[in-house]
Amino acid sequence: MQASELKRLGEAIEDRSQVLALGLSDAAAQRGLLDVGYGFADSPFGRLLVAMTRRGLVTLVYPEESPEDALERIAARVSPRVLESVRATDQIRRELDEYFEQRRRTFSVPVDLRLTRGFNQKVLEQTARIPYGSVSTYREVSARAGSPQGMRAAGQALASNPVPIMVPCHRVVRTGGALGGYAGGTDRKAALLELEGALQAGEERWLGRTSGRAVRRRWS
Amino acid sequence: MNRTGRGIPPFQSFLDDHRAVVYRYLMAAAGPEEAEDCFQETFLAALRAYPKLRDGHNLKCWVLTIATRKAIDASRSRRRRPVSVPDVAAVGEAKGSRQSRSATGVVAEGPHAAGGLAPTDPYDPLWESVRRLPARQRAAVVQRFVLDRSYGEIAATMGGSEEAARANVSLGLGKLRKDLT
Repeated sequence: MQASELKRLGEAIEDRSQVLALGLSDAAAQRGLLDVGYGFADSPFGRLLVAMTRRGLVTLVYPEESPEDALERIAARVSPRVLESVRATDQIRRELDEYFEQRRRTFSVPVDLRLTRGFNQKVLEQTARIPYGSVSTYREVSARAGSPQGMRAAGQALASNPVPIMVPCHRVVRTGGALGGYAGGTDRKAALLELEGALQAGEERWLGRTSGRAVRRRWS
Repeated sequence: MNRTGRGIPPFQSFLDDHRAVVYRYLMAAAGPEEAEDCFQETFLAALRAYPKLRDGHNLKCWVLTIATRKAIDASRSRRRRPVSVPDVAAVGEAKGSRQSRSATGVVAEGPHAAGGLAPTDPYDPLWESVRRLPARQRAAVVQRFVLDRSYGEIAATMGGSEEAARANVSLGLGKLRKDLT
């Protein structure tokens, strides 16, 4: 047998095993064995890793973190039954596309906040209620989460938000109107607020909905 | 990589790391007709048991143990079924073109006789003979010569002693030689 023939054989086995492996996530899901199905969504910020449990989106990861590290973390903290799944992530990928094309303002895919707990989880739940196109403040979300003095803790809860964009922590700004921090980078926070029409492109200037009172009115 | 918790990799990386070796093994040990079903059953069984693993060591050995079991199960249920006619006809056809490189001597030459037990042509008479071996002998022979594994590793996947692995390989090879000469 020729060496080239052997090499071709090796490649054929590699290809076929890849095809078979791709079919596995659906078979696993049918048998209730798929705990986390992940996929990648394109965005203006690069490729986002999205991971779904049966309850909803459990994490959305910006491109700075390597997918390998993120998946290791998911395996350790959610379940090691993690497989790439086109089917499980189909809807969230489509909705994110529409969001970035300004054709979608709310997401129908639920979020699974199991990676957070206690006060952090409450802060994220309150943040999830801030409408598209408006902003709120750290003071406001910490008060709504039950701790009026917990602004710093609220900031930390938002900084460790496992599902950015979906739980719009970018809509939480400082009481004076300054942007405040963002785990994905302040530029990205500004870009998201510009996309939503809450911030004018290129400037940190709010478009009419800047005062705490206005925000509160929109958000009750 | 900073693995927290129990240190089991995400199933997808486990699958990517081992799918080719498992498929190659099953092509040989279960035959091309059963290999794809066995492949899926192997990895679904692995997925079912996966969260209970205590650590990420020896995953290759673990998955080949499962694959061995699936290959043996497949061969048992295959034996209960009537002989498939198209299969036999295809062997006859294939023999005409392939007989010239019947692999008689190759088997005995050992693991480095590349091109010996490689699953090129499923209807090669050699493969027909391999598939007629009792399941444990077949699993042992295939692990030794297709996967180039040591007797210790074979014993680990098959759940027996190293001596038993040697015995299975040598009995299997004896039958193959008799079959093919």
